[in-house]
Amino acid sequence: MTATATATGPMAPMVPHRYRVVSRHTETSDTVTIHVEPLGDPIDAPRPGQFAMLWAFGIGEVPISFSGLPGDGRLGHTIRAVGTATSALAASEPGTVIGVRGPFGNGWDVGDADGGDVMIVAGGLGLAPLRPAVDAVLAERDRYRRAVLLIGTRSPDDLMFHDDLARWRGRLDLDVQVTVDAADTGWHGDVGVVTTLIGRVPVEPGNTLALVCGPEVMMRFTTRSLIDRGLDAERIRVSLERNMQCGVGHCGHCQLGPELVCLDGPVFAWSRVAAQSAVRER
Amino acid sequence: MTKRTIRDLLGDHPFFADLDPEYLDLIAGCGQNVVFAADTPIAREGEPADFFYVLREGRVALDVHEPARGPIVVATLSPGDVLGWSWLFAPYRWRFDVRALEPVRAVALDGVCLRGKCDADPRLGYDLVHRFAGIMVARLESTRLQLLNVYGWPA
Amino acid sequence: MKVDGAASGPVVLDTAGLAAAVETLIGDGWSVIAPTVRDGAMVHDVIESVADLPTGWGDKQEPGRYRLRRRDDSARFGYAAPAQSWKRLLFPPRTTLWRAHRPPPGSADRDAGDFVVQVATATPRYAFLGARACEVRAIEIQDRVFLGGAHTDPGYRAARESALVIAVNCSSPADTCFCSSMDAGPRVASGADVVLTEVAEPQHREPWYLAEAFSDRGAALLRRVPSAAATPEAIDAADAVVANAAAHMGREMPDVDLHELLSESLEHPRWDDVAERCLACTSCTLVCPTCFCSSVEDVTDLTGTEARRDRRWASCFELDHSYLHGGSIRSGIRSMYRQWLTHKLGTWFDQFGTSGCVGCGRCVTWCPAGIDITEEIRAIAGPHLQEVTP
Repeated sequence: MTATATATGPMAPMVPHRYRVVSRHTETSDTVTIHVEPLGDPIDAPRPGQFAMLWAFGIGEVPISFSGLPGDGRLGHTIRAVGTATSALAASEPGTVIGVRGPFGNGWDVGDADGGDVMIVAGGLGLAPLRPAVDAVLAERDRYRRAVLLIGTRSPDDLMFHDDLARWRGRLDLDVQVTVDAADTGWHGDVGVVTTLIGRVPVEPGNTLALVCGPEVMMRFTTRSLIDRGLDAERIRVSLERNMQCGVGHCGHCQLGPELVCLDGPVFAWSRVAAQSAVRER
Repeated sequence: MTKRTIRDLLGDHPFFADLDPEYLDLIAGCGQNVVFAADTPIAREGEPADFFYVLREGRVALDVHEPARGPIVVATLSPGDVLGWSWLFAPYRWRFDVRALEPVRAVALDGVCLRGKCDADPRLGYDLVHRFAGIMVARLESTRLQLLNVYGWPA
Repeated sequence: MKVDGAASGPVVLDTAGLAAAVETLIGDGWSVIAPTVRDGAMVHDVIESVADLPTGWGDKQEPGRYRLRRRDDSARFGYAAPAQSWKRLLFPPRTTLWRAHRPPPGSADRDAGDFVVQVATATPRYAFLGARACEVRAIEIQDRVFLGGAHTDPGYRAARESALVIAVNCSSPADTCFCSSMDAGPRVASGADVVLTEVAEPQHREPWYLAEAFSDRGAALLRRVPSAAATPEAIDAADAVVANAAAHMGREMPDVDLHELLSESLEHPRWDDVAERCLACTSCTLVCPTCFCSSVEDVTDLTGTEARRDRRWASCFELDHSYLHGGSIRSGIRSMYRQWLTHKLGTWFDQFGTSGCVGCGRCVTWCPAGIDITEEIRAIAGPHLQEVTP
């Protein structure tokens, strides 16, 4: 016997919700942002830092963080085309229907910075899961004191979210700094890795919550620089990536020592995962 | 308001934090205030490195000139940084082009003058070399990360 | 034999009583799954009657070896854990999670691109006859994985909630068994509906069973089959069977804090040593009754209108288990084995509040290289052991 599955029905959380692609925006040579809207039951409202499992019909499913949460039921996802599933999702033109499961994971909980400073450090595609966190800070800007956004990318061509960057840079209550690894003289921003920016901004270590996302090496060096500036590892949050196939702590692939990254993370206090991250696998 | 001396300016700069005040006086004797307009050259690859610069205001770019592409920026430096260590090592010539990205105010320190004082007082020499070594370590780490393509996610 | 209507308290079943229990369950629509001998191996399968049970069969298990042997009595449950655990019934090796259908791409359908998802909702109704203490504990551990957290697995829940467990206390542990030292056996402490202790008689006389109901469903079943009240002598005889089993454990897990030991031993040279012997064949994870890793696979037809999501067992010894962006985080056997052992005996506590090991010994028996996890722990514990052992 079979039944038409509602994703909120008895087979949840394994069954995808149907979402239609309503926009597709090219960010860089291999990265696009799609926005999708629900065709039937929507998923629960995601929080910044959570992720979804996105399914390309008949091709495969991958974990992708929410890069945009406009609050109207639409979901934004920024996808780098690297495998078959991500390539199919990144190529999805408006009208395409994809599957969405989630939201999964814990999120940034940026509200924990209440009354203090927020420092957001993004490397490359790591800006995607941080974008909703930046907007969450700006939406309740009065709750925080100093807000800093540091962004590092390979080259000016790898910068994403130009509209958001323009909007963020236009605000006097958000200090946005961007650095690239290399550029020609047409680039007027900084050149150097993102850690060099950390040394240049004022930091009040006891009163700062840092949110860091990027490739693992970048996060390791970034947390080191933040600790050098006096931040406590408990006040530095990183978002980790591992192989994830279920999103609900059942498939076992995303283990990092005691952690199930999909369930206990993907956002962790650096103090909690620093030792595990230093374990050498080979 | 009194005019701030070279010694005051150096004393406030992070590079000279906690330096023996006696040495600060000595070093200040080799310094002079300089300004560069935006987009003007500060140094050129291969030329004698007679000075190094304690940056107070404005950012500068370290460039490599590539014939077909023109200048490629390899690093930018900001107020709080120091620019140049070529004065400390033979053959005392700049390894990169340096350009002011913005109006720059800096204290230029005379390398020949400073080398003489370091030779005369090895404790001063050690202190200064130690400070530069710290900067080199940080720049080397940054350069290694740039080489790694650390944002390449995945590679 | 009189029919005992008592709601609780142990009763004695003879062969007819056991047969009646099986018949009652089948009559009530249960699929009764029990060990049975097929092609020279012990497997769990649907049985029609007690005649299908492996009467007079025992086993001999050693690291890397498994043999059936004839017993000198007519015990029906006179063997240790067979290769397959009950896991494959509650958490099948391969299952289709759902199917999806959509109109052909490019069709004029106004819902072009949209799809419909369907799930299979058939729920099996299993009665597990002959589950051992270690196996019942393993089910309780998998319950924590699939049902104990914020998200539950619907397929597992459906199969598990309907399953009836008629466990049998162990009489004949193998050389590879160490449930006593994992506090998982040989006596069933919880998690079953009925617990039997089989008392075999010499000269192939019929064995008999002390039966205890652990649940209302179990009590209801026992009320419906012919039984006798359990005399103190019968209870003593059954206790002696279990005590004898406890005294004949082939192996022992060292009595150390495994969670602490392993978290402190991630760079122990023993990992290099075991990596020389381990073949990364995945056998241990397949036979382990608690290993729960799975991978999903998407299957589609050539027209692109039908798709299916399958889930299959996975193993931390597979290269793609830790695949991320073009590489595997754990690419060598040292890392893979370390993951398996530190998870099973250590980090499982962090994730699920228990050990992931029940001491069934399957991973020892079915390892082609004969790797024995108790021995690996002994080697890693080394000096720690001397501290606690007088």
